[in-house]
Amino acid sequence: MSINRRNFLKALGLTGVAVGTGKKLSASSVKKENIKEFYAILYDSTLCAGCQGCEWECALAHGLPDPDLEDIPEAGKIRKTNENRRTVINAFSTSKGEVYVKNSCKHCNQPACSAACLTQAMYKTEEGPVIWRDEKCMGCRYCMVSCPYDIPKFEYFSSNPNIQKCDMCFDRVKEGQLPACVEGCPAGALTFGTRKEMIAEARKRINDNPDMYYDHIYGEKEAGGTGVLYLSPVPFEELGFNTEVMDKPYPELTKGFLYSVPSIFVLWPAILLGIHKATNGKNKQLEEENE
Amino acid sequence: MSNSDIVLNRENDRSSVWNFLVREFKPKGKLFTPFNIISIPVIIIGIILIVIRFAKGLGAVTNLTQETPWGLWIGFDVVTGVAFAGGAYVITFMVYILNLKKYHTIVRVTVLNGFLAYVFYAGALLLDLGKPWNVINPIIGNSFGVSSVLFLVAWHFLLYMIAELIEFSPAIAEWLGARKARKILSGMTLGAVILGITLSTLHQSGLGALYLMAKEKIHPLWYSEFIPILFFVSSIFAGLSMVIFEGSISFKVFSDQISEKNHKSHHDIIHGLAKICTITLFVYFFLQVLAFVHGKNYEYLNTRMGHWYLVEMIGFVLLPMTLFFYSYRKRNLLLIKIAAIVTMVGIIINRLNVTVIGYNWDSVQHYYPTWKEIVVTLTIIFIEIWIFRWIINRMPVLRDAPSWAKDK
Repeated sequence: MSINRRNFLKALGLTGVAVGTGKKLSASSVKKENIKEFYAILYDSTLCAGCQGCEWECALAHGLPDPDLEDIPEAGKIRKTNENRRTVINAFSTSKGEVYVKNSCKHCNQPACSAACLTQAMYKTEEGPVIWRDEKCMGCRYCMVSCPYDIPKFEYFSSNPNIQKCDMCFDRVKEGQLPACVEGCPAGALTFGTRKEMIAEARKRINDNPDMYYDHIYGEKEAGGTGVLYLSPVPFEELGFNTEVMDKPYPELTKGFLYSVPSIFVLWPAILLGIHKATNGKNKQLEEENE
Repeated sequence: MSNSDIVLNRENDRSSVWNFLVREFKPKGKLFTPFNIISIPVIIIGIILIVIRFAKGLGAVTNLTQETPWGLWIGFDVVTGVAFAGGAYVITFMVYILNLKKYHTIVRVTVLNGFLAYVFYAGALLLDLGKPWNVINPIIGNSFGVSSVLFLVAWHFLLYMIAELIEFSPAIAEWLGARKARKILSGMTLGAVILGITLSTLHQSGLGALYLMAKEKIHPLWYSEFIPILFFVSSIFAGLSMVIFEGSISFKVFSDQISEKNHKSHHDIIHGLAKICTITLFVYFFLQVLAFVHGKNYEYLNTRMGHWYLVEMIGFVLLPMTLFFYSYRKRNLLLIKIAAIVTMVGIIINRLNVTVIGYNWDSVQHYYPTWKEIVVTLTIIFIEIWIFRWIINRMPVLRDAPSWAKDK
């Protein structure tokens, strides 16, 4: 029985450590956010003319096929991003007339895709863009299952398939340049800056022109806050936005499970060994009594 | 054995080992059995399809889309297959931890089944990976995605396969006549069992936890924060039903290998397992009700998916629970086997409801597997059965261990 107790105490101690580090982990991730401000894009749909300039610039910048000239935004038709296009413009007829909306990766502050990635191929950079790294990815597509916006796209007809998604032109941003779509937007619907600046700018626009805007910045709180912020003249439901997205970051959904792992890993073996010793002893006793 | 004998044995060792292996690798038994006639063509077509899949990409063989990235190969092969393999950790828990000696005779065959299931069904994961050559990244690489549930599941699969191999290894040692190795390997059993049960607890529930982040994509009747617990509890009766089902087939097919004594004890074992199935099914049903009430899902009940949910809960949880209970009380073996089959169908339905049927249930183009995906799945199952049969016919799994290996 002494082994039992020792094991139990050992387990208890280790569990304490495990629980302790668990808390530490969560604390450090919050801290990181404060050190460096993420970059963000502000998209103002009241300015967007639906010219698809961003689609062309994006295709050019990332070596993707040119956008299909036949396939233009029309109200009632939903165009989706796919393995050949990382951003699309859709048109919606709303209570305030036709409104265009640009769709692409939202670059969540705490992205579900990168929390899901077991190789860190999907990666939230310190600068803010969520990037995908070819040499690490094993193509499991768990990022696609996890993303609440269905953003990562997979090349199903390739023997060496890649994941395609907007990376906020990370290579350009690192060099101090603007993302291709922001630079190429002739209507000035896209603005690039730090997330704080973009939220301030969005709020200013709403305050200056309260009649023109619906009083909500999509992306400020959604999915724990995202790196692309949207302004709209109408409620976001009318623009096909996923308004069921929760305000909590998505990785929170699995945090509880993951934090229980170290405790189980330490407690379980000790308990099992304890039961083994206990039942073994009892059996032996019984055998002896029988004899 | 005298000293001179050992020396003599050593000299002959190399050639005799070779001869032994050549002899053992030759097929035993008839080639044209009904099982072979069905399985061989399926396996051949399946292998061709696998080649096409790797040459032309997943889209050439599967119906997967950008909206439904995981289909039959994950939902059935991996998620359901692993649930059925749960019997190994439950039986080893009963035998080695609770010291219920009654179940000792089925430990080996259950562990073998579990091991093969992991090798093949977790192996099926490789077919589904876009870049399977990068599968080593989370294992050796500097890119540990520790925040990922899949990272945990992948590591657990790997470690659990090793643990099960260790648990099974004494049988291999007995087959090869390696006495010293057998002694060392049997000494590792308890450690492997404890590790194995711990790993199983975590990755059986982990398979459910994989879907936690797909909150809005899974039908609310099947999504709840309880998924991990539900997956874990259901893996107990899923695994045991598989043990009952597989056991009754093995006892017919390989009846010549089973001693008189074990034949008799088998009824007793099945009877005991039925009792455990009743209890765990009841706990599972209770948890399902809890999840239902907690999720405030009443409004969904009178929809198409709601009816389907009721079919699952009444027809494949309550019904087999009642069947198990009744057949346990009446000691009706046939009814126990029927209950096991109903339970297994229920597990397949449940896992597919979470992973495939209830996933993007409201999407316009819902995913259906292609015939090719089904053939590849069958190929994996058939190859596993071939290997299983090959091992049963050679190693002391169902039949008694050689006399030198008897535990004192």
